[in-house]
Amino acid sequence: MGIRESIFLLFLILISTYESFAKEGLAEELNEEFTEGLLLRPLPDRKVLAHFHFQSSVPPTRTYGRHHHLFPKSIYQLVNKFRVREMELSFTQGRWNYESWGGYDPISSNNAKPPGVELWADFDVPLDQVDASWKNLTHALSGLFCASINFLEHSTSYSAPQWSFHSFAGKLRYGTLPREAVCTENLTPWLKLLPCRDKAGLSALMDRPSIYRGYYHSQRLHLTSDEFDAVKSNSGIMLEQTLTVVLQPSTLEARAMVSVKTLQPSWSLSSLFGRKVHGRCSVSKSSNVYVQFEQNLVSELKEMWKESEGSESGILIHDDFWTNPIFEMSASPHRVVKEVGNLQQEDSSILYEFLVEDYNDSEPFDLGLRWKLPVAWLCQQAPLRASRFLMGSGNERGAIAISLKSSGINNTQRVGCSEKGSLLSIDIFQVVPWYVKVYYHTLKVFIDGELQSTMENIENMHVSPSEDKVSPGVMEMILRLPCGVKTAALTLEFDKGFLHIDEYPPDANQGFDIPSAVVSFTDFQASIGFEDNFLNKLPILNELQERKHVICYTEVLLVPLTTPDFSMPYNVITITCTVFALYFGSLLNALRRRVGEEERLLKSKAAKKKGPLTSLLSKLFAKLTGRPVNPPETPSASPSFIDYKLIVKVILVAGMAVKLFRSSFQLN
Amino acid sequence: MEEETKNKINGKKLGFWKWAIASVIFRLILIYFPQNLNLSSRPEVSTPVTSLRRLAEGYWLKQLSMSPYAGSMYHGSPLLLSVLGPLTAIKVEGQPNHLLCSLVSVIADFICALLIRATGCILQTAHGQNLKSLGLETMLEDIEIMPSGDIAALVYLWNPFTIFTCVGFNTSPVENLFVVLSLYGASAGIVPLAAFGWVIASHLSLYPVVLVIPVILLLGYCPDTPPRKLFLQRDFQKTGAERSIKNHVQERPLTNKPAEATFFWWRVILFFLWASIWIAYVLILCAISVKEYGGLPEMFKRTYGFILTVKDLSPNIGVLWYFFAEVFDFFRNFFLIVFHVNILFMILPLAIRLNHRPCFLAFVYLTISSMLKSYPSVGDSALYLGMMALFVNELAEMQFSFFLFCGYVGVSLLSPVMHNLWIWRGTGNANFYYATAMAYACFQIILVVESVSAMLNHDRKIRKQCRTMEG
Repeated sequence: MGIRESIFLLFLILISTYESFAKEGLAEELNEEFTEGLLLRPLPDRKVLAHFHFQSSVPPTRTYGRHHHLFPKSIYQLVNKFRVREMELSFTQGRWNYESWGGYDPISSNNAKPPGVELWADFDVPLDQVDASWKNLTHALSGLFCASINFLEHSTSYSAPQWSFHSFAGKLRYGTLPREAVCTENLTPWLKLLPCRDKAGLSALMDRPSIYRGYYHSQRLHLTSDEFDAVKSNSGIMLEQTLTVVLQPSTLEARAMVSVKTLQPSWSLSSLFGRKVHGRCSVSKSSNVYVQFEQNLVSELKEMWKESEGSESGILIHDDFWTNPIFEMSASPHRVVKEVGNLQQEDSSILYEFLVEDYNDSEPFDLGLRWKLPVAWLCQQAPLRASRFLMGSGNERGAIAISLKSSGINNTQRVGCSEKGSLLSIDIFQVVPWYVKVYYHTLKVFIDGELQSTMENIENMHVSPSEDKVSPGVMEMILRLPCGVKTAALTLEFDKGFLHIDEYPPDANQGFDIPSAVVSFTDFQASIGFEDNFLNKLPILNELQERKHVICYTEVLLVPLTTPDFSMPYNVITITCTVFALYFGSLLNALRRRVGEEERLLKSKAAKKKGPLTSLLSKLFAKLTGRPVNPPETPSASPSFIDYKLIVKVILVAGMAVKLFRSSFQLN
Repeated sequence: MEEETKNKINGKKLGFWKWAIASVIFRLILIYFPQNLNLSSRPEVSTPVTSLRRLAEGYWLKQLSMSPYAGSMYHGSPLLLSVLGPLTAIKVEGQPNHLLCSLVSVIADFICALLIRATGCILQTAHGQNLKSLGLETMLEDIEIMPSGDIAALVYLWNPFTIFTCVGFNTSPVENLFVVLSLYGASAGIVPLAAFGWVIASHLSLYPVVLVIPVILLLGYCPDTPPRKLFLQRDFQKTGAERSIKNHVQERPLTNKPAEATFFWWRVILFFLWASIWIAYVLILCAISVKEYGGLPEMFKRTYGFILTVKDLSPNIGVLWYFFAEVFDFFRNFFLIVFHVNILFMILPLAIRLNHRPCFLAFVYLTISSMLKSYPSVGDSALYLGMMALFVNELAEMQFSFFLFCGYVGVSLLSPVMHNLWIWRGTGNANFYYATAMAYACFQIILVVESVSAMLNHDRKIRKQCRTMEG
């Protein structure tokens, strides 16, 4: 053992440590990540919005391999098997109230979804295999989430939007199931994708009864992957899971203070969810809770502050801002984040950040907000409020109308509408099932109640009409409306189809759903910019900052369709066949008859034997008709025979029809 | 005497023109208020095949350079689309939207009535000559107030069914026009016209294909005659008698008689030649207009395929829609075949039995196909009822005519009521409406059977009279 050896050893150790360092550095750059976040926002109609946001990401397989610690294996396999480039699946119950919960912010654009299930996916496969991939994907998701997503497999239930929905040409498929009931059996598999499930971290708040008691509930799963892009810099697969609920805080305390009616309800995490947060999910990179005060609320608060204090300075920013005369927060925020980039308005929304990692089992995190003074404010609205309704009565025909009403906010303040005479661009995407047979040539555009004779307001339009029992009708359209427009409306006439008896669902008289139309305002960006750059690393804030169009969904329409009588296909079949037999038999009989020969035959028969029975019958017949007994000699008598038979047959059919009527009366 | 008869005839003619023009004016008045009548969406008037609203949708799609057949809306001919399509898009200021199309159907109706009248005239002269040649001039004496052609034309023009169809914004007046055109061409002996009418009519609505047999018979023999056997017998007797008296008389004394039992093969061959020319012409035109949208196979699938497979189950006055809405899926093909074959089955027996009366045969075929077709409308009934009036003299002894009349009136009143109860009020049931459709089918069956047996009886009567004359 000499110095040399020791030096050599040292050298080896040095090298190995260097290597390990290098490895660690690389691993930090490319590693699985999981973050969780919760955004709470008081809503003007005394409700609270809670938006959970979980994000898992995994580096591409090329550099990272196939083994994962955090990322759900089922999703990874799904992506690889069906070569999904981007996918979004949402389960929603309730309808987002655009008027009182807002229609202009990123939460409403991203998370306000149509009722039931909505799924769209973009595939990285050749064009002819897209449909097959879609079918397989629906089946896989159906099994994964315990929902009837496999009903989207049939070509009548999904469509391929060309350009309006998202800008993937040809490889995107879109389908909705408006009547899918969403419940806890869909939430449990969704939670299973999280590394901590609902055992630890923010997801521990998801107490089923309190979540499903809410007014609106939407769980969403968004998947982006660039596994298959060779050129782009790879970021692997990113899975974004959000749960948006609108809850009504229990107003026991408010009831105690009967005197103040307009006071906003005070709430805390434990009163909303019935649970507290006992710490973060240990594998999550960040675990933050935010309370957001909207722009209008902030300006309202400033006003109140000004009235009470007389000074505007230091409002909400100085040290004890969470206990001020207007409201009080039970915990001190870690940070306050202000919105920037909103040049038009002086006020901007504020985020209070709380770190869950500061809390533990002994001291659980239970954020509370207590209002001391009544506040009233309005949410920010989309430039136009879209709604859709049916016109006409009866089960033969009708019309779909999409109406766009100005939300009363001066649009000229907004981006893209700065000059007078400029135009608002509105993108409408509507899918109609095939049994609603839309006449697209009857499209009418009304602006401020006046029918537009020319189609100059329609900048672009793509229609793929529905094919009976094959594909739904898709309409994509870009409308250009003048900025000062008060109301605009589109109407389309349709005929209601008649289905085969087997095609009706069990509750046929309930009616059929027309899925929501998507209205997006392409001139407007729903995003909130924040001052700190390092915030970009937090996915929940990233979601808020992402520049996306303002999107809203219209109502689902319920179309009643006429039903046939389900109870008696046999009667219909037999009676129709009887009529056909009657036609065939009597016509052939009339043609076949040769009167001369028949007379001869009758005569010879009569000569041969005139039995007692036949004579008796002929006498009886003669008595009944009141004619003298004579064998039918005149040729005019023989056609009357045919006619008697014919009449008897007709009476028979009529009798059966009466029977049918009677039974249907009984049924009714 | 002669002057009196001339005046009479003139008066009759004036009467006809008066009534015909009155009917046109009546139509024009009705067209001017189409919104109040709202006939275009009645299931009795416009079917998925004939509806002009669907044609307008097809034209709109074509303007957007999409296939007019996309979207299961339009199921008609591409030629009709290029003729009538622009008319649906043109809007005259201050006038009802569909004025031009309705004008087209008024014109089509009027021409159709004139053609029926001309056919009636030909039939009547043939009838008179035949009876004279048989020596039955006595039967000609009981001629009624007007010639049967005029009656038929007026029945066609004033039939409420025709008027509703004409005002109801659909294509059946045009289809009827071509059917009548082919029959007129055949009875007048104008072979190209007959071929043209037949080809276009079959192209537009498929069912007139069966009219090829009456047209051939019309061209081969002459218009409707009493049974040919009678002429042969009469010829034989005459020649025999003449021979016995004068042996040196020329051998064939009846060469000028119109009712000779010879079959003009050259005319039939000419007809087929012309028909193939027209078919080629129509197919080429169609191929050009649907070239970008899947070509001819797509067109056949969307037009004839749609008619034959009964894809649209919306209610109409036929019996097939409810049957195929209720029948079990695995029997569907079987019943499709059975119902369509029902039309074809009767072609041969009828052709054998009524081959001496091709015009009447055409009427029977039209009635049968309008009863059993997949999307019937009152426009088809209007056509066969108009045709039926051509044979007023022959069918004078038809049984149950009053019963049938009452039945038609009753059904046409009850059917809209039941439809309203079922579709609009929601208080009725599909069976109520279907029952009226069944009743209508039954009345049509009785009409066909009775008219055929009345015609056979009429022939029997002529035969008997011949026999008594000989006797």
